[in-house]
Amino acid sequence: MNDGDARRVAATAARTSYGRLLAMVAARSRDIAAAEDALAEAFRTALEVWPERGIPDKPDAWLLTAARHRLSHAYRHDLTRGAAQPVLELLADERQSRGEAADDFPDERLKLMFICAHPAIDEAARTPLMLQTILGLDAALIASAFLIAPSAMGQRLSRAKAKIRDAGIAFAVPGRDELPDRLSAVLFAVYAAYGAAWEDLNGADPKRQGLAEEAIYLARLLVSLMPEEPEARGLLALLLYCEARVLARRTPDGAFVPLAEQDAKLWSRALIIEAENHLTLAARRGVFGRFQTEAAIQSVHVQRGVTGVANHQALMALYDLLVSQEPSTGALVSRAAAYAEALGPERGLALLDELRPEPIQTYQPYWAARAHLLAELGRSQQAAHAFDRAIALTEDQAVRNFLLEKKRACSGCDWSHV
Amino acid sequence: MQYMLIFKEMQAQFDERNDPAKAGAYWGAWSTYIAAMNEAGVVVSGNGLQGPHTATTVRVRDGKRHVEDGPFADTKEQLGGYVIIETPNLDTALDWAARSPSAVYASVEVRPVMPPMSGAQTG
Repeated sequence: MNDGDARRVAATAARTSYGRLLAMVAARSRDIAAAEDALAEAFRTALEVWPERGIPDKPDAWLLTAARHRLSHAYRHDLTRGAAQPVLELLADERQSRGEAADDFPDERLKLMFICAHPAIDEAARTPLMLQTILGLDAALIASAFLIAPSAMGQRLSRAKAKIRDAGIAFAVPGRDELPDRLSAVLFAVYAAYGAAWEDLNGADPKRQGLAEEAIYLARLLVSLMPEEPEARGLLALLLYCEARVLARRTPDGAFVPLAEQDAKLWSRALIIEAENHLTLAARRGVFGRFQTEAAIQSVHVQRGVTGVANHQALMALYDLLVSQEPSTGALVSRAAAYAEALGPERGLALLDELRPEPIQTYQPYWAARAHLLAELGRSQQAAHAFDRAIALTEDQAVRNFLLEKKRACSGCDWSHV
Repeated sequence: MQYMLIFKEMQAQFDERNDPAKAGAYWGAWSTYIAAMNEAGVVVSGNGLQGPHTATTVRVRDGKRHVEDGPFADTKEQLGGYVIIETPNLDTALDWAARSPSAVYASVEVRPVMPPMSGAQTG
């Protein structure tokens, strides 16, 4: 046994089981921050102990026991501070569950997600809190996804955790009457988690590895919990449509391939069929929300694999619907691009010009779309400026190369004019 | 856990308390609500309070006592009463808060009661 093996097993456990373990530790105490500390300590101990004594048969169970032990020790310590009641409850709980098999892992993550989505929690903290606790994303990554400073995000998260710990929010999946209100925040967190994985095209960021699979897993879990809820199915369909196209987003040598140029033969038929089924089942309920609409947009895109042509009319109608449901900057920029495809670049550009100035300053897709439309219109000087903005805002090397290539092609056509 | 439900009232409700035409309905709503909580066995303690016109606020600054007429914050919603209840979690406490008369026309603040401080002497 060597350090490398222990490190590898611990890293796998951290990636695949973090949220599951955290939810189980926090389920007892409701103290998410303490559970995070206890779990971090358990991982640290594992890296010391495993190389000497060997990796346990069930690393997850080992980590869980270590974290719980650590936590109950910390709570016993608290006795001296007079907080006797919760400790006694905790110890009783521990005794009761000692008989529970070590590999019996009920998924407590759904409960934890619904706690994070509780109306008593600051609305702005709900989705970030879920991303951190359920999927183990760090505050800096979450802050960048929500366009705020990491320190502000850290504060928001710790305030929310203190509220959960001290206010005694019930650790349970809410009843039928409250479920719909809380569901939208839960669905949005799963959507944002998949989005964070999607942006990392290369899978280069170790923090985001396995995130797409986890998001799809959680979406499936939500559908099994609420089979009648059309938006949960809509979200699952959306993620499956996207996942179906993952392999086609890159050439074998790693270059970026935009959707319109993707080879439909590389799309996963099995995932598309599964997505279609979920979308059809969702649509039967006759209640349409943004996730079903986004899934329907993806459905139109993948139809190109069968028909060979993109249905621009359908896309325009669906983007109109999406903007009426969720007038986000992302939806508005995508709608402008869809209009440009169907009705010409002037129309798309006019829609981009209508957008409010501040959210688009640092929104890469806006500048990329604007650059393409200006290039098509032959306004190469303005296009070059927009390309530069888009390139500066791009984190992914392959996307940057793609944009640089487009910019070069555009100024080439400019020279042919002179 | 124990929670304090802090009931706010508007001036209109303080007026209703002594309006012969409205007092019956006002007190009826409150006594039914309190009776329901008592029946459920959740009440630890509680009281209604006289109106904000009876309030006096005291501050001590640089050793000097400042006494003022009126409540500590002059807002539309004023403290009308409180009750401490014992429930398994916040959600159940919020359910009780939502059933109160003032939840409809003003608001109810729900706060967990602190556990007893260490070293606190009783008796």
